[in-house]
Amino acid sequence: MVVDLAHEPQTVRPPASGVSLTEQTLAVAKRAIVRTSRQRALLVFPMIFPLILFAINGSALSAATKIPGFPTQNYRDFLIAVPFVQGAMFVSITAGVDLARDIESGFLNRLALTPLRGEALLIGQLGGALVLGTLQAIVYMLVGLASGVSFASGLGGALVLLLLANVIAFAFASLGGLLALRFGTGEAVQGIFPLLFVTLFLSSSSLPLDLIKATWFRDIAACNPVSYLLGGLRSLVISGWDGQALALAFGFALAILVLALGFSQAAMKTRLARR
Amino acid sequence: MRRFLHVTRGVAWRSIHNTVVNPAILVPSIVFPLFFLVAFAGGLSRIAEVPNFHYRPGYTSFQFVFVFLQSAAFGGVFTGFAVARDFDSGFARRLLLSAPHRGGIIAGYVLGALLRWAITGAVVTLAAAIAGMHVYGDGAELVALLGLGVLMNLVAALWACGLAMFLRTEQAGAVIQMPVFVLLFLAPVYVPLSLLTGWIHDVARYNPVTAVLQAARGLLAGSPTELALAFGLLAAGALIFGAFARRGLASAERAG
Repeated sequence: MVVDLAHEPQTVRPPASGVSLTEQTLAVAKRAIVRTSRQRALLVFPMIFPLILFAINGSALSAATKIPGFPTQNYRDFLIAVPFVQGAMFVSITAGVDLARDIESGFLNRLALTPLRGEALLIGQLGGALVLGTLQAIVYMLVGLASGVSFASGLGGALVLLLLANVIAFAFASLGGLLALRFGTGEAVQGIFPLLFVTLFLSSSSLPLDLIKATWFRDIAACNPVSYLLGGLRSLVISGWDGQALALAFGFALAILVLALGFSQAAMKTRLARR
Repeated sequence: MRRFLHVTRGVAWRSIHNTVVNPAILVPSIVFPLFFLVAFAGGLSRIAEVPNFHYRPGYTSFQFVFVFLQSAAFGGVFTGFAVARDFDSGFARRLLLSAPHRGGIIAGYVLGALLRWAITGAVVTLAAAIAGMHVYGDGAELVALLGLGVLMNLVAALWACGLAMFLRTEQAGAVIQMPVFVLLFLAPVYVPLSLLTGWIHDVARYNPVTAVLQAARGLLAGSPTELALAFGLLAAGALIFGAFARRGLASAERAG
């Protein structure tokens, strides 16, 4: 049975013969992907902005490689991890705003009248963001390679980096979805964005943790999960296969994902019941 | 002239009032420069140990100057957002109908941008002072530094207001801020110009913001440099973007 939600107004057909959770999820995901792909401004700006910063900071901060103990001679090798995380943060806003728009427009209310399961709705809604995150990660990797970034972990490392970038993007997208479900407006979701950016600023995004001179800043960065997300991505480029860095990065990304989805599930139930 | 001043005062008062009473507008304009200061001066302070990095007041002061000028520029940019919002809400059209002297509208928004930056600039300066910023410039040099900030704010506000009046939609936000953001970051933000290499050095060398940034850093260090060039560039920018804003207003008038 095919459930097509790509074009509004949508109707979700009743599960006469029983539509599986996967089918429901894919139907909602299809709609989310089509909607995201139609919003070109949403596609271009989040992709271009981290690349502009990468281009500028990759050159402007290249003098940092002269600091004794800096792990690489090419600052871009160190910096390439940042666009992946920054792009994931933009993805979280895209996912959150899209879901918030569905709440504001009443689309979620209409879906609540159908047999569509909350889990399918939640995961499916994030489908568009996941595709966007994948697209971004591929572009960032290609730009990095074109600008002279080399992978110490080889082709396998590049593939693991893409996987990790996707998990990170999905984790942040889930966070955006949670914010949308909690607050119900796109404006509120966008208002949280600066806070996400702050977590990037207060991390090891520009220098390795052990080279940060200000103790208070180093302590904050050391407690900031974003430092470990960056560390995992960075390890594949600079040092090869670093099990600890990868475990920390995947661990934090999955923890954010699980927590965000868990809270989103509860928020979804509340929202569907409230309306 | 009286009608011009009347409109200017009214628009400026509304602009600053909206900023002060609305935390969603005020907080980001203060918090963003503060975080730039924290991230750059705190997180990157070891950059000062790069060979041939010489700036007597230290890295916190080096970064303070950038953040100070950046906050000035973004004070202007945020005012452009307000103009765009006024067009989206229909307020600007009513303003165009009721203002006895429309030139005062631009002047009012620009004055509002300056007042808005006065708050942000003061907070950033206080934060830098608490963080241990060293100042070697004398009173006159610090006034000149403030003058550079005021002119930077003016140029950015005229650009932002002009573009917002041409486009007349809040969606113009990215178009308004992106060129300012890129221009600022294509200057020697993290290290002096002499330590930049490659394409960024060539771009920064011809970037007008570089001259302003170097002049401002020189003033804070008590060793003024490129002052005439910096003030000249900003004055030229104010004239060019003043004309641009006037044309933007004319475009909005024609659109009705």
